[in-house]
Amino acid sequence: MGQFLQQLINGIQIGSIYALIALGYTMVYGIVRLINFAHADIFMFGAYMGFFLAPVMAKVFGGAFIPTIIAAMLITGLLGFIMEKLAYRPLRYKSRLSALITALGVSIFLENFCAMDFVLFGVHFVFGPTYRKFPDLIVAKNIPIPGNLGLNISNVLLLDVGVSVILMVLLFWFVNKTLIGKQMRAVAFDKPTASLMGINIDVVISTAFIVGPALAGAGGILYGTTYGMLASPFLGIWPGLKAFIAAVLGGIGNIPGAVLGAYIMGISEAFATSVNSNLGYGMAFAILIGILLIRPSGLLGKFMPEKV
Amino acid sequence: MRRLLAIILVCALIAGIGVGCKAKAGVVNLGGIFPMTGASATFGTSSKQGVAMAVEEFNTAGGATVGGVATTINYINEDDAGDPAVGASAAHKLIDQDKVIGIIGAVMSKVTLAVAPIAQDAGVPEISPTSTNEAVTLVGDYIFRACFIDPFQGKVMANYAYNTLKVKTAAVLYDNGNDYPKGLAEAFKASFESLGGKIVAYEAFTDEATTIDYKAQLTTIKAAKPEFLYLPNYYGGAALQLKQAREMGLNVPAGGGDGWDSPELVTIGGAAVEGGVFSNHFSKDDKSPKVQDFVAKYTTKYGAAPDALAALAYDAAGLFLDAFKTAGSIKGSDIRDAMKNTTFSGIGGAYKFDANRNPIKAAVILQIKNGQQTFLMTVNP
Repeated sequence: MGQFLQQLINGIQIGSIYALIALGYTMVYGIVRLINFAHADIFMFGAYMGFFLAPVMAKVFGGAFIPTIIAAMLITGLLGFIMEKLAYRPLRYKSRLSALITALGVSIFLENFCAMDFVLFGVHFVFGPTYRKFPDLIVAKNIPIPGNLGLNISNVLLLDVGVSVILMVLLFWFVNKTLIGKQMRAVAFDKPTASLMGINIDVVISTAFIVGPALAGAGGILYGTTYGMLASPFLGIWPGLKAFIAAVLGGIGNIPGAVLGAYIMGISEAFATSVNSNLGYGMAFAILIGILLIRPSGLLGKFMPEKV
Repeated sequence: MRRLLAIILVCALIAGIGVGCKAKAGVVNLGGIFPMTGASATFGTSSKQGVAMAVEEFNTAGGATVGGVATTINYINEDDAGDPAVGASAAHKLIDQDKVIGIIGAVMSKVTLAVAPIAQDAGVPEISPTSTNEAVTLVGDYIFRACFIDPFQGKVMANYAYNTLKVKTAAVLYDNGNDYPKGLAEAFKASFESLGGKIVAYEAFTDEATTIDYKAQLTTIKAAKPEFLYLPNYYGGAALQLKQAREMGLNVPAGGGDGWDSPELVTIGGAAVEGGVFSNHFSKDDKSPKVQDFVAKYTTKYGAAPDALAALAYDAAGLFLDAFKTAGSIKGSDIRDAMKNTTFSGIGGAYKFDANRNPIKAAVILQIKNGQQTFLMTVNP
């Protein structure tokens, strides 16, 4: 029983990070019908921004976590905005396949670009390829749970879950209550009609490309804080892939679906690994395929037949 | 008359070949193949320096006696650039032109695997200081190595855990996508169980480069309540695994193999890796007089402390030269037989070869103390 609950906790922790990434995939897809493969690399970029900025923030503000996560979110948001302007906007009314290939190209570009040695004011900003120790933004502490189940919860886990829940609540408020949020939903529902109603599509799309990457940037900081190590500019690939699958599982384009899918992904991964560590991910993916067979458009996705 | 001339010519030719085989009277060539350029050039430099030092000492001590003539060694070092093809042509050059009596090399298993068949066909004994791949010595009976093969480290750590730490239960977490950790894990499990211990959890993950979260496996391990944790992975993975284990309150002693041998283990793992032990080939902090003597001489000669590669190359050359002296012959088969029966005592311990020409020798156990690798003990097989 104790072990079961502990695995559930492990799954929720990693699911929180997947959720922050999955939201970006699903928002962008919902609005422009584009699978933004470069999203995983924005997550990586956010993690490395934390690595470079945390010492500076600690000096300027005294505490490091909150200023670092906000700075990383601003930077990744800006990166998302630029990315859309330069790479995706020129192709918006071209074939969807071209945009998909461009997304792959942006992804590979970001990974390899970040492998370069940047010098700014005499300081070297090198992302990889050696392992980087992520600064300890908070001191990890183990909080023992009373009772004889032998459960362990760390303050890092509470932080991961807490920060992602706060950001998700903010996102739901943003999408449902603000004017630009309503415009986003309108564009996601029917782009030409929304445009006819006087909604500025460019602004809406730019917003989606700022908010999604900002969340991924926050995910990157949580990732760094949780694991304390950044391996290489390619570290986003696996978490990104899993978050993408989580978004599909929940019903791509659906925001609560992405969160649900991410938690299912994290939890099934933890349980599958605990049953047989050799199969691990393989089993987690088999579960996902099973779910998609029953609900092809995802758990919360709507099945929409093509209108002729 | 013409027949007589022909006979004389043939005799001269045979004599000529005989002279050719002996090369210069009193001096024979010994070849070395190491990566002197390329990504692993530091491996090559260390190895070459180790061999050169062993040869120098051998010559100073008077060399060997071949057919009543005092014979010294002329060492010829070739660069393989870490490339099997370059290594193979270096082997041809050493054997065909320089008529070497033996080859020391190479560092990387893939290069040694390219050189070995050439040495085997020519009947020239070859000894690799550091190629750990099992297939290397299986090429033929002229091929030896001076380092232990991967599974041996698992055995050493099992012995250490069971006999020194006196633990009865252990858990293993290893990368099942890589032969190195897999080999160590399997060997540890087999040895620990045969000693009477129990493996309570045997967990795997796939690909250290892409795995970052080990909590699911560690939860299973923690529930099994092991007294020892064996992590035969590379330093990056081992540091993360230990960090997460400690965060979860799994505070049992942990051990690993020579994949832990990097300062980054401590950089990433911090306090979590403190007290961790791992097996390695050699430690410059080993207090035995033989090691300290070697470290002092090497440091004086080259201006830097020797690493494991230099030590193993020094031992490989020493072992070969010792066999050459015992054989008192420049024939490959004689030296090979002498090597097979060697009881050479080097700085890496006493060497003896098993049926597959892998050395049976001691390993050292190092411990992380105050963020530094410290020598703990030598473990004999």
